[in-house]
Amino acid sequence: MSDKVLMKGNEAIAEAAIIAGCRHYFGYPITPQTEIAAYMAKRMPKIGGTFLQAESEIAAINMVYGVSATGKRVMTSSSSPGISLKGEGLSYLAGADLPALVVNVQRGGPGLGGIQPSQSDYFQATKGGAHGDFHMLVLAPASVQEMAELTVKGFALADKYRMTSMILADGTMGQMMEPVSLSFDIEEAPAKPWAVTGTKLERPHNIVNSLFLKPEELERTNFERYERYKYIEENEVMYEEYMMEDAEICVAAFGIAARVSKNAINEARAKGIKVGMIRPITLWPFPTKQFAAAAEKVKAFVSVELSMGQMIEDVRLAVNGKAPVTLCNRAGGMIPAPEQVLAAIEAANKGGN
Amino acid sequence: MQEKRITIFSGHYGSGKTNIAVNHALALREKHSRVVIADIDIVNPYFRTKDSEALLAERDIRLICSAYANSNVDIPALPPEIYAVTDDKSLYAVLDVGGDERGALALGRLVPAIREENDYEMVFVLNRFRPLTRDLDGVFTVMREIEAACGLRFTALINNSNLGAETTEEDVRGSVAFAKEVAAAANIPFWYTTVHESLWHLFSQESEDYRPILLQKRM
Repeated sequence: MSDKVLMKGNEAIAEAAIIAGCRHYFGYPITPQTEIAAYMAKRMPKIGGTFLQAESEIAAINMVYGVSATGKRVMTSSSSPGISLKGEGLSYLAGADLPALVVNVQRGGPGLGGIQPSQSDYFQATKGGAHGDFHMLVLAPASVQEMAELTVKGFALADKYRMTSMILADGTMGQMMEPVSLSFDIEEAPAKPWAVTGTKLERPHNIVNSLFLKPEELERTNFERYERYKYIEENEVMYEEYMMEDAEICVAAFGIAARVSKNAINEARAKGIKVGMIRPITLWPFPTKQFAAAAEKVKAFVSVELSMGQMIEDVRLAVNGKAPVTLCNRAGGMIPAPEQVLAAIEAANKGGN
Repeated sequence: MQEKRITIFSGHYGSGKTNIAVNHALALREKHSRVVIADIDIVNPYFRTKDSEALLAERDIRLICSAYANSNVDIPALPPEIYAVTDDKSLYAVLDVGGDERGALALGRLVPAIREENDYEMVFVLNRFRPLTRDLDGVFTVMREIEAACGLRFTALINNSNLGAETTEEDVRGSVAFAKEVAAAANIPFWYTTVHESLWHLFSQESEDYRPILLQKRM
């Protein structure tokens, strides 16, 4: 009998976080990610961990800040409007160079929007997410298995670079059920000599802070942080290439859009159209080099998104005018059908824009 | 298995209650003219009984569900029509209850009338591949939480152990002993093991212990 378990994407994130050593979860319910909190509420008390439903998203992200300052693995999760509320805290985490895992199971927006799946928080996730110069590591799962794997990876990257890792999923990924294997190699968390753990009168105080009284000093931290970002951009890009060897059309898609696109690509291949896909797994750092290399070979790109076209801007920057990039999209909680993607691929193949 | 007027399906969320409820309603309709299926799931925003609306309409099975099901309105509301289940005793009713104790809370509203009439089955749907119902302790925790929340005891068990599209013959056969152990420990009858139609040819010669099940289309 199979060792796998059948899990919702949201549950897979929660269980993977526990396996990765996270014992502190703070959150506030919001559809379509509530199962993460519900799962943590059941599991954490049994393993000596902390589940706390905060009075708001803002409270939850600041509790994350507090636990992270003590060097423990910690997370919060929410969906689009709730992530906006966490914005201030995300910026403070970046300013204090604190590691954390934040999950955004996106829903349609803007505003209160709706509860159906969306990818329209791409800008928010990849371009900072709040005030000040900063980035988060943004991981985009396209299966329930990846929801689990990228959660484990997210904790490791967060600790390694003292940054927030964001899992950028969507309502479909959160709610759908698939078999998952939960055996992972867990990297031991690195030593955190900066953590606030009590000096025992044996060392100077550690201070975790994002306020700088001297602008020269604040500037220096910004430049140092961007040196780290540059290293990450060169070393941590993750992506999947699908049928790109002989491709003349390149689809760009992540998460649920990539799954729909795979079906459309298979149908297009059956019709003799040479089409492939680059699926970014890290949205920041973005696989810029891979798209730039593809631009030397293919005649057109199609960006498939559950938004009004956000990732398409990064694709266009990477392609740098060498080929047309068209958008195939639905928004507001709707998902493109494989037929719509197939039509966009056929149009790109004919050279239509 | 004796047929009661009301059949309630409950269990850990994601165990397959909605699919089984729809399948049960379809089977009931083969024998009875007035069949109703009521979705009283106030927890799960996606994958609802309403997904089978067209099929149910085609088979002349009445669907009672929240006016907001499958919309963008995330309101845990039940329609007043729900009382038809207990008021109209000429109906054969299937109740699709939400997962876990949170979902079962909504059933409590109907329980006094269900108890009084005393013509019901409350069926625990088991999927041993779900993370919180993999051992006896886990299953009993979920069972007792549901019973405490709604005020009814389970009267039967269905084994719906599956890994979605990846389910193998071995997965199905391997789950039966555990399901029977759960039923025996809970002192309730074991009804049957479900088999997805794609695997049914491997089981069709078996005893009544196995039943074919049509799965709803999923993404």
